[in-house]
Amino acid sequence: MSDPSSETTVGSIEVDGKNLNFTAGETILEVTRRHGAVSGEPCKIPTLCYDERLDPFGGCRMCVVELEGSHNPVASCARAAEDGMVIRSSTEAVEKHRKTLLEMVCSENRQVDVDPLSGYASQELKELADRYDARSGRFAGKKSGKSREDDPNPFILRDYDQCISCYRCVRVCAEQEGDYAISVKGRGFDTQITVEFDGHLKDSACTFCGQCVQTCPTGALADRKALRHTEVPGEIEKTRTICTYCGVGCSVDILTKGDSMVGVQPAMDGPANHGALCVKGQFAYDFVQHDERLKTPMIRGEDGELHPTSWDVALDKAAQGFLDARDKHGRHSVYAVASGRAPHEAGYTTQKFIRSGFWSNHIDNCSRA
Amino acid sequence: MSNPLEDMSKPDVIFCIGTNMTECHPVAATGLKKAVARGAKLIVADPRHIALAEMADVVLPLRVGTDVALLLGMAHVIDREGLVDEAFVSERTEGIEAFREHLARFTPEWAEGLTGVPAADIVQAAVWYGEAERGAIYYTLGITEHICGVDNVQSLSNLALMTGNIGREGTGINPMRGQNNIQGAGDAGALPNNYPGFQAVTDPAHQAKFAELYGHEIDLEKGMTKVTALELCGDKIRAMLIDGENTVVTDPDRSHCEHALKSLDHLVVIDLFLTETAALADVALPATAWGETDGVCTNTERRVQRLRAAVEPAGDARPDWWIVSQIAKRCGFPGFDFESAEDVFNELCSLSPIYAGLDWDVIDKGEFHWPVPERGHPGTPILHQGVFENGRGLFRSLEYRDPAETIDDEFPVWLTTGRRLASYHTRTQTGRSHGIDYLLPEETLEIHPDDVADWGLQDGGLCRMTSARGSVEIKVAATNRSPRGTVFTSFSFNDTPVNYLTGSGYDPVTQTAELKVCPVRLEALPESL
Repeated sequence: MSDPSSETTVGSIEVDGKNLNFTAGETILEVTRRHGAVSGEPCKIPTLCYDERLDPFGGCRMCVVELEGSHNPVASCARAAEDGMVIRSSTEAVEKHRKTLLEMVCSENRQVDVDPLSGYASQELKELADRYDARSGRFAGKKSGKSREDDPNPFILRDYDQCISCYRCVRVCAEQEGDYAISVKGRGFDTQITVEFDGHLKDSACTFCGQCVQTCPTGALADRKALRHTEVPGEIEKTRTICTYCGVGCSVDILTKGDSMVGVQPAMDGPANHGALCVKGQFAYDFVQHDERLKTPMIRGEDGELHPTSWDVALDKAAQGFLDARDKHGRHSVYAVASGRAPHEAGYTTQKFIRSGFWSNHIDNCSRA
Repeated sequence: MSNPLEDMSKPDVIFCIGTNMTECHPVAATGLKKAVARGAKLIVADPRHIALAEMADVVLPLRVGTDVALLLGMAHVIDREGLVDEAFVSERTEGIEAFREHLARFTPEWAEGLTGVPAADIVQAAVWYGEAERGAIYYTLGITEHICGVDNVQSLSNLALMTGNIGREGTGINPMRGQNNIQGAGDAGALPNNYPGFQAVTDPAHQAKFAELYGHEIDLEKGMTKVTALELCGDKIRAMLIDGENTVVTDPDRSHCEHALKSLDHLVVIDLFLTETAALADVALPATAWGETDGVCTNTERRVQRLRAAVEPAGDARPDWWIVSQIAKRCGFPGFDFESAEDVFNELCSLSPIYAGLDWDVIDKGEFHWPVPERGHPGTPILHQGVFENGRGLFRSLEYRDPAETIDDEFPVWLTTGRRLASYHTRTQTGRSHGIDYLLPEETLEIHPDDVADWGLQDGGLCRMTSARGSVEIKVAATNRSPRGTVFTSFSFNDTPVNYLTGSGYDPVTQTAELKVCPVRLEALPESL
């Protein structure tokens, strides 16, 4: 979010009595959020179908505000700011409208409360239901969306009983990922989020990047792999780091409960990825706590096999082998290969070991193969 | 990359060559898809009909190993059609006259003869790139993993220099790095020719700087590359330290590689698992993994970013820097009293001119692209703005060379290798992540359906694939992604060790292996008939 007082502003609007300047093309919601982030008084206009990375959609109508001179409330996510607009964002009428809408939305879903492991945005409906006390059940009855329990894929739970037809999954797949794998079948109560030929994700254009899971506000599309850890005790903590796979350097949050790694979510403000990930970064993290990890130093014994030992013994043996080679065959007989997978500190110490220890440049990394 | 990732949505003409970006750098590809959606033209040169080709405005399906010919043909057209950026060329480059003379004989029709790409398509691609306001080149290992890898890169450089598509937003020559910190390994000095920060070891001034630090002189000659070192194992090379590389499965010519490592007097391997390589070690040491390790990495756009530990190390695993420092201390080497990753990184910054403005705290939010020559410098998202570091951009007059091995009666099929979306390298990590097997359970050999029929193979059946070096059994997958006469596989599965076959030759300058070209023959296996 840029500085609201920047030179690119083209006018100002009044929101709840405050004058807010805006830049060309900004919507009422964007202006209000941007100023809120700067002022420390966050914008309170609620949204459900909104994802700031996507084009305005205006489907859920939660973000409607009163605009002076307009007969009906307007969707603030889709209406561009115009100089001199006077807006009231939370009048009694608007708040009542929002509550009624939410009661209808909630009435369609099997449950409003879903595990936060479901996905990055999965708590949005729950939080609004709490805020507007919308679990009245007074619209209970017909429901839309049918879960695809038949899809065996291990990554993406397709629990469409929870779908509220906000189309965020459809739009993120098209606009952000560029894959156009997800589409909509039917309308009204027959609305069903699906893929080509109504089949399984694996047989579609889906690449399992997880973007739909992370933008879903209800847990209808959920991280099936993370949800295996629902029963693990403890609060979810997030640690910001960089993905371990290719060179793009996507920012991710590792989700932990206690000392268990339970999932990964993309960092929406990651400078290289802005919330995007691929199947590897999103789902291929559990090698870290795999049983087959090498957990103790090993040295080769007289019997020719590798045996566990202490760090002291292993490090001494490692060092002695290099010194022996140097003493018998000269300092150029020692070579080191650094990793393109380990951090800088690994490569730096490895090259220093060779250069300061053996006075040579017999050091390389794994980039030639 | 000369330009940052965020520039990928900005060009009006994008030239992708030898990069299967949607599978190997999927998140970077999303930027490119946005550019295409908003009307940018996409030129894709690749022997295979990869997903990028589906989105392309023109596809140049060249025969494997003929990139130089294709790029010479394009340069010829750019010159012929008057699309050379004369102002840029006279201001910032050298050698255009000789280059133009050189280009005269490389017509698109000549290039068609070698590449198999219709001359009209070569002309179209060259005209689009030549006319672009912002033309950007993206490439990956399809360019570098050839005996002429350096020639390929220099051919791309020629195109960018002719058209002035460098040093500006949305342009550039952009190699996509394949590993999370392969850029950082080079930055940190893990190269035989450079100290940290790409300071050439052959420069006496650099030698003096590090001699003062270490208290003794270091060789003024470059060290040998890993490729040469493996050649000399058991002979001149007697002891080796390998950190986090499954050499046995990733490197070409596996028999040679295994033999080399086994003939060492002393092999120390640091890794997360007892990999095929660690299993050959005299000492195998457990390193902490991603998610357990604090540290720093540099991505493909030279952005320096922090890695943070989220969980405790597995068992008794320790960070790589601690392990290497302990070995060094026990050898009696001074200068390894590091107490944290922060200590190590800050020492690197103090020695590297491109990191001089950085330290552990400064990079906390990952805002900086190197070079950052002093504190307070904003970093350098776009290289070569206004001036090239080494003076003027040089045109290189290159000639096409055949791959190290070409097809013949004994080995009549081209094999090219690469990666797949759901798998990473030798699967030490993805293969141990729940669910990945659902997407990619086994290795397959991708063959054009008509070739499958002509060669008496069966889709889903087994075949034996043999090169001059070795042989594997592999499952056949019929697909139109492969052109007639060229087959594709990855090297991910140790039970289908494709690297017994590859390794026909190496680029003479970088010693990068020609993993993209390997003549083979295929035979149906009786049990699959």
